[in-house]
Amino acid sequence: MTTVTLNEIMTVTAARALKNSDVCFVGIGLPSEACNLARLTHAPEITLIYESGTIGTKPNVLPLSIGDGELCETAVTTVSVPEMFRYWLQGGRVTVGFLSAAQLDKFGNINTTVIGDYHRPKTRLPGGGGAPEIATSCGEIFITVKHSRRAFVEKLDFVTSIGHGDGPGHRQRLGITTKGPTRLVTDLCVMQPDPETCEFQVTSLHAGITRQQVIEATGWDLKFASEVSETPTPSNAELDALRQLKQRTQEAHATA
Amino acid sequence: MAQFMALDAAIANTVRDGDFVALEGFTHLIPHAAAHEIIRQGRQELTLCRMTPDMVYDQLIGMGCARKLIFSYAGNPGVGLLLRFRDAIENQWPRPLEIEEHSHAAMANAYEAGAAGLPCAVFRGYRGAELADVNTNIKSITCPFTGENLAAVPAINADVAVIHGQRANKAGDVMIEGIIGVQKEAVLGAKRAVITVEEIVDEFADISPNAVVLPNWTIDAIAVVPGGAHPSYAHGYYSRDNAFYKDWDRISRDRQLFIAWMDEHVLKSSPQAFRVHGAGGK
Repeated sequence: MTTVTLNEIMTVTAARALKNSDVCFVGIGLPSEACNLARLTHAPEITLIYESGTIGTKPNVLPLSIGDGELCETAVTTVSVPEMFRYWLQGGRVTVGFLSAAQLDKFGNINTTVIGDYHRPKTRLPGGGGAPEIATSCGEIFITVKHSRRAFVEKLDFVTSIGHGDGPGHRQRLGITTKGPTRLVTDLCVMQPDPETCEFQVTSLHAGITRQQVIEATGWDLKFASEVSETPTPSNAELDALRQLKQRTQEAHATA
Repeated sequence: MAQFMALDAAIANTVRDGDFVALEGFTHLIPHAAAHEIIRQGRQELTLCRMTPDMVYDQLIGMGCARKLIFSYAGNPGVGLLLRFRDAIENQWPRPLEIEEHSHAAMANAYEAGAAGLPCAVFRGYRGAELADVNTNIKSITCPFTGENLAAVPAINADVAVIHGQRANKAGDVMIEGIIGVQKEAVLGAKRAVITVEEIVDEFADISPNAVVLPNWTIDAIAVVPGGAHPSYAHGYYSRDNAFYKDWDRISRDRQLFIAWMDEHVLKSSPQAFRVHGAGGK
């Protein structure tokens, strides 16, 4: 077995957060990788939903877009996009939304819209897509993002989708009844919100990572839980499944 | 009533300068050939509407066809940003682009409201989302029964909906299947509809009674363009050309390279160029 990379620990750890009984709304990129790894390892019965309308999809390779043909071909059913957002997401059928972010803050609010001012942006990003309603309609939200000061900021340039807003009670004041972000997995650590403050704090560090490394990669005054453990190491079976999935994906997307 | 015609006639008869145009397709069945024809015919001042503007909207924007974009996700999924769109927003090149930005849920609901003949869509959305502060078309409404505060956005009713379908029958009914996105809603909500298809068949055989079929009297023009969704895909015909979506990142990064590519592959090309990707190319 070759050395385990931090990215692999991130994906395996994110995958482990999902259960067989989950109905998961999958974001493209890192979330898609983690969700399919969960399906290929400990959670074969998980229902994966992509916003293109595919419900219960089982792709053999990771889709490049949220609407690759294989998602539809392997799905239990494919519905129209209005039906997806109205009946399935807004209707409360989804237990977990799995998102990534360009920027996020300590309350798990996410920006994927702009860097800089909205009307005169320094960098115009793609925008929210499904995220604003995924963030409020799914039972809970898992987030996976690579750790950097550029991504982990004190103040977002734009709030694309709400996490815990400005802290305790904010979601409730807006009439939101779901939990919001409950878990954040990066390539350095795992974070969960402090039940009192709703602020993400480090609950486990990946093997070989120090507190100082995480502090240096975080743009806010980072807090640690009273007990910080070491993130459980990926098993050989998980690593094999992940590496094979990535290999198949790379080969599939290299040619038309 | 749907009329079969060549793509150039279909676009010339239905898309006018200044129109509100929805070329729809959620990753699948994106009407690339029709978009190229709009560019070749030099349409100007268009308001372009689509949930997921990707490569074709990047091309329309980069060629200066658009005045305004209504959208909910403007990226090249799995690859990165839309670079011609970015250049228009950040540097006003080749011209300034007005934007009206929504979430997917809002646009999906707005298309459905448009098809349903309602003035607006009502849904549970935008809670805590900052788009509501920068888009004056995002408002709220109180449920008269429960008092719940809900989001409201205007219905989408395009002048022209442009979509790509798998096949038409001889009567001019069109069937689409696979990831069907918001195409049915876009067509039924629009004043006019143009559809490119992979092929014409005598009749639809062995399809489910619940298949998505747009009857001929909901369509204005049908053009047969095999491969017309490439590099997007047509379920049952050909796959998504993911390698080309990745290559678009390179082509669109540089203004001169983009112009040269458009000149060779769009301005000096024709719908027949898509044939190699479609059923006839196999």
